[in-house]
Amino acid sequence: MIDLRELYQDLILDHGKRPRNFGRPVANANRAARGHNPLCGDKLTITLRVDEEGVISDLAFDGAGCAISTASASLMTETLKGKSVAEALTIFEQFHHLVTDGECPDDVDLGSLEVFAGVKEFPVRVKCATLAWHTVVSALDVSQSTINSPDSAPTVSTE
Amino acid sequence: MWRRGLAEYPVEQIRDDFPILATTMNNKPLVYLDSGASAQKPRCVVDAMSAFYLNDYANIHRGVYRLSQRATDLHDQARSKVRKFIGAKSDKEVIFVRNATEGINLVAHSFGRAFLKAGDEIILSAAEHHANIVPWQLLRDDIGVVLKVAPITERGELELNVFLDLFSDRTRLVAMTHVSNALGSIFPIADVIRLSHDRGVPVLVDGCQAVPHQPVDVVQLDADFYVFSGHKLYGPSGVGVLYGKSTWLNKMRPYQGGGDMIETVTFEKTTYAPLPAKFEAGTPDIAGAIGLGAALDYVSAVGINRIEAYEQDLLRFATEQLLSLDGLRIVGTANNKAGIVSFVLTGVHPHDVGTILDQQGIAVRAGHHCAQPVMDFFGVPATVRASFGLYTSKNDIIALVDGIRVVQEIFG
Repeated sequence: MIDLRELYQDLILDHGKRPRNFGRPVANANRAARGHNPLCGDKLTITLRVDEEGVISDLAFDGAGCAISTASASLMTETLKGKSVAEALTIFEQFHHLVTDGECPDDVDLGSLEVFAGVKEFPVRVKCATLAWHTVVSALDVSQSTINSPDSAPTVSTE
Repeated sequence: MWRRGLAEYPVEQIRDDFPILATTMNNKPLVYLDSGASAQKPRCVVDAMSAFYLNDYANIHRGVYRLSQRATDLHDQARSKVRKFIGAKSDKEVIFVRNATEGINLVAHSFGRAFLKAGDEIILSAAEHHANIVPWQLLRDDIGVVLKVAPITERGELELNVFLDLFSDRTRLVAMTHVSNALGSIFPIADVIRLSHDRGVPVLVDGCQAVPHQPVDVVQLDADFYVFSGHKLYGPSGVGVLYGKSTWLNKMRPYQGGGDMIETVTFEKTTYAPLPAKFEAGTPDIAGAIGLGAALDYVSAVGINRIEAYEQDLLRFATEQLLSLDGLRIVGTANNKAGIVSFVLTGVHPHDVGTILDQQGIAVRAGHHCAQPVMDFFGVPATVRASFGLYTSKNDIIALVDGIRVVQEIFG
């Protein structure tokens, strides 16, 4: 059961059960995207507001998913609030490394996101952990998503 | 009929015929509860295929040399075994396909194009696998047929009177599952066929989840088309069966063109081979058919009536055990069910249940089971599904229940 505890750490279980920044769209959102994992049916919508300086001033998500995808989305919103778009994309790259090969360079501090290091042992769950991230990256792509209504937002599919 | 159930059924002896059941997964003894997705193979199936490849292999219907004739005979014998197993009248009505999906696509293509036109209606049920939805949608997009969906109840049962209300003078086909893969409900398919025929409408039955678990006699049912996959029936993947009444098959156009399905070919005109070759273009999965034949021999030796009785006992035991767990809800509570139990746990997503069970060596399906409309109907994104086979033991069920307790401990 050691492996399982590495995956289902308390912080993940907590955010899986009580996700933060959840269940409502951001007020005055100017970016949105939807994510879908057809394998397990997870669906989420992310809304965010990027200010004139290119800083993510607020973001939130809604949807239904497993503990891993819900916790990942929740911790992501906490991490990215106040970060610039460029910083967010860098953190996504680092997080992706962390969950696919378990590596986090010494000079990188992913903070609470490091609880997802155990995901690398469960290849089928990597998509759960990265769904929210792929979705937010799509929302940050201005060419795709300067959209106010989540219903017409682009959809990211992780196969 | 053999009706002693759990106690008398030689499950341990049967399990010895399936080497994979003695292996471990994640350092735990394998508990395989995903036979509804695909069944494990007894040694005799693998042996029959390997003996064919090592000793008897040649292409079929290339008859001048003896080896090809031997391969052809073995392939023909496999077809006869299928014919006997499902009670068909003639080998000509048994078409080998890749799987049930291909069988349905074949009918959608060849029957659809021969007999249907814009505005004609096809009735499906709300419990269909995607394989019995999407081919008809493709046909709808091509020629403009209309799809009507017979609803199911909260228990996952088909209501015949509501189904009958869907008939109109444009109804041309009913395409319906025999047993729901997501819920386990056994549909009253004999009644569906009789009532449809009363209205002059033929019926295609998706028998994937029925044929491995209960006796099926296509003539007694009077099915017009009946499809199933070999791999769910302890045979190899890559071979399935379309049974069709020759009266229909003779009038339908071929599905694919190529070698083996022709009589004469000129660049001006081609005449087609008689059944079943007309629908079997190109070199088929010869070894797969032979493997399926061996699987049917195996199932027949155990006895399909006996398997049915045993799996029904197992289903009762599993249902009772699972319902003893707090926070577990069974999705699909039809009175008449096959050995499939779909369930959800309060506060835990099926995918997380699947991962934690996997760590304990327990293989279950967690997802939408290729039946997203069924999930939508029950308002769940997914379920956990445990499905049984002739080798499933009471111990497998006990391991599942213990495994779910671990899930509940972790999720507190």
